[in-house]
Amino acid sequence: MNLEKVLFAFFTILALTLNFGFFVGDVDNPAHHNAYELFAALVVSLVATIMKFGDRAHIGALLLATSLVADLQLITAALIWGSTLYVMDQQLTPAITASIVSLSGGALLANLISVLLLVVETVTFRR
Amino acid sequence: MNNVIYLMLRRMRLPLILLVLTYAISILGLTLIPGVDDQGNPWRMDFFHAIYFVSFLGSTIGFGEIPYPFTGAQRMWTTFVIYAAVISWLYAIGSILTLIQDPGLRRVLALSSFSRQVRRLPEQFFIVCGYGDAGSWLVHELTERGIYCVVIDQDRDNILSLEVEDLHTDVPGLQGDATESGALISAGLKHHLCRGVICLTGSDNSNLEIAITSKLLAPGVAVFCQSDYSDSAANMLSFGTDHIIDPFEIFASRFSLMFHAPSMYLVYEWMTAVHNAPLSELKTPPPGTWVLCGYGRFGKSVHEYLALKGINTRLIEADVLTTAAPEGTIAGRGTEAGTLLEADIKVAAGVIAGTDDDANNLSILITARDLNPELFTVGRQNLRSKDEIFQAARIDLTMQPSVITAQQILSLILAPLLDDFLRLASEQTEEWANLLVSRVAGVVEDVAPTLWDLEVSPLHMPTVFDCLIRSEEVRIEHLCANPRNRSDMLPVVPLLLKRDTGNILLPAMDTPLRGGDQLLLCGREEARAHVDHIMHDHRALHYTRTGIDRPSGTVWRRLMRGRT
Repeated sequence: MNLEKVLFAFFTILALTLNFGFFVGDVDNPAHHNAYELFAALVVSLVATIMKFGDRAHIGALLLATSLVADLQLITAALIWGSTLYVMDQQLTPAITASIVSLSGGALLANLISVLLLVVETVTFRR
Repeated sequence: MNNVIYLMLRRMRLPLILLVLTYAISILGLTLIPGVDDQGNPWRMDFFHAIYFVSFLGSTIGFGEIPYPFTGAQRMWTTFVIYAAVISWLYAIGSILTLIQDPGLRRVLALSSFSRQVRRLPEQFFIVCGYGDAGSWLVHELTERGIYCVVIDQDRDNILSLEVEDLHTDVPGLQGDATESGALISAGLKHHLCRGVICLTGSDNSNLEIAITSKLLAPGVAVFCQSDYSDSAANMLSFGTDHIIDPFEIFASRFSLMFHAPSMYLVYEWMTAVHNAPLSELKTPPPGTWVLCGYGRFGKSVHEYLALKGINTRLIEADVLTTAAPEGTIAGRGTEAGTLLEADIKVAAGVIAGTDDDANNLSILITARDLNPELFTVGRQNLRSKDEIFQAARIDLTMQPSVITAQQILSLILAPLLDDFLRLASEQTEEWANLLVSRVAGVVEDVAPTLWDLEVSPLHMPTVFDCLIRSEEVRIEHLCANPRNRSDMLPVVPLLLKRDTGNILLPAMDTPLRGGDQLLLCGREEARAHVDHIMHDHRALHYTRTGIDRPSGTVWRRLMRGRT
């Protein structure tokens, strides 16, 4: 039992679950997708990324890469959302909602890989 | 370099997470706290404005309350955000600054920039372990001749002085322990351009360790070792150290030569002198009884060699027991008149001050000269920084261990055949040496000669080799003639011809060259360029061989063909 490992797994999995929470629902219905959920998913994903910094093992590099992909996708989704509302001054249309949600879907996939890698590493780790 | 990035990222984890969380909580709080817009309607800040607000607040810019004036609850939250953001930024910046100043990180950075410099060295190089008196002198002379060096020294001050020194080529320096194989490897021990390792750490044990490491990890690399004790020298020899230099032994053997074979002494002295240094004038020490102060490593060597030549010495040593001085040794330091008088200084021929303390040595010499102004004075100077004082004391012969070591190594590097030459020369008579000295003196006039090696190979002497392939004879004199006027010989003396059938000492000028021959020449620096020219220019060699200046252009060649 190691607190660092618990926190590490906690944030990696939380990033996945929050991401999933935002993603589920009709892809083009703004009412099914909450801004707070996206915010939480993004923040947790960032924290998870930082926690993966400085791991020299090969699997560590892969974990960091998947996290960076998830961050990139989520930040792009948030940027599209923000610029639609405040730069172009329009409401969320089904088309824009769909693109935001599908970007978060990509992040979901990356987070899924992250968790899978974590599981693989744990399973192959022998004392 | 990768190590450094990983290290930095790892240490930045906590401050970065703290920063992200502070921002996240602040933004979340702002979007949750109810406010009112300019019409007094209930209003909540959206994420976009919250991020904007916290961003400028966190960096202490502060544009004010936007888009509408805040309510009390929002202001209370903002107060919290201000302090939280400032504190987490201070923490993050503080961590970065500590990280940069971390000695561990600095060492890693220095090591990685050192290895990068070593990897990029364009030509063959030597690793010099120890940048003391001998090391710095050697590095200076080597870089002056365009030979690259890498320095490892344990002392930070020595590495700093290397950095500020004005050397001809960039010399990468590492502060580290050269006895560790890691340091030697990052200094390029396994690099394909590494020619040799020079051990001048000042401690026989460390030199021994470096020599072992080098020979085990890179058997092809030449190892030069300074050694002050004969047992460690034997140890070094046992695993293939190429050259072992014992400055005390070198000095003692040459000093003993000065009595009976001054010309032989000059041969040694000139051949290992730095080129273009003024030629040393020979002061023959008078025979008779000598007073030797200090019976350490230096004193023992000198005592032994003088005894071999039948010269009596009176010993003075402060610590008779530990040095195991022979009977009849006078106990004392020799710096006071009493001890010197006890050693019959008034009737002695000369005095040798050979302790390991420069101040004591000077004091001995000056006191002794006061008692007997006719004395021949020999002083051991341990530190190069004392140059001026020793010069001012007008000592007849100064012995500097570091300079002797460094000079010997330098000559071995510049002319590897010198080792063979000196060994053969030592078996010759004084008359032979006399002839050689006058011959060399006639060639070089008043500066020390330059020595260099030549090899008859397609790479080093394309012209000579072409002639040999056509079975045309090339003699040594063809290389040593002036390429403008062949009746005029260049200021060069061939010292040694090394070939598979045996070595020829002082080969005659009409000796024919053969493929694979190695030749050691000595002469004036400017002659070297001429010899080089003959070795590479067919026309020049043709002229020095036949006396016919062959035209080089096609038109001229055709015109001349009709005539001859």
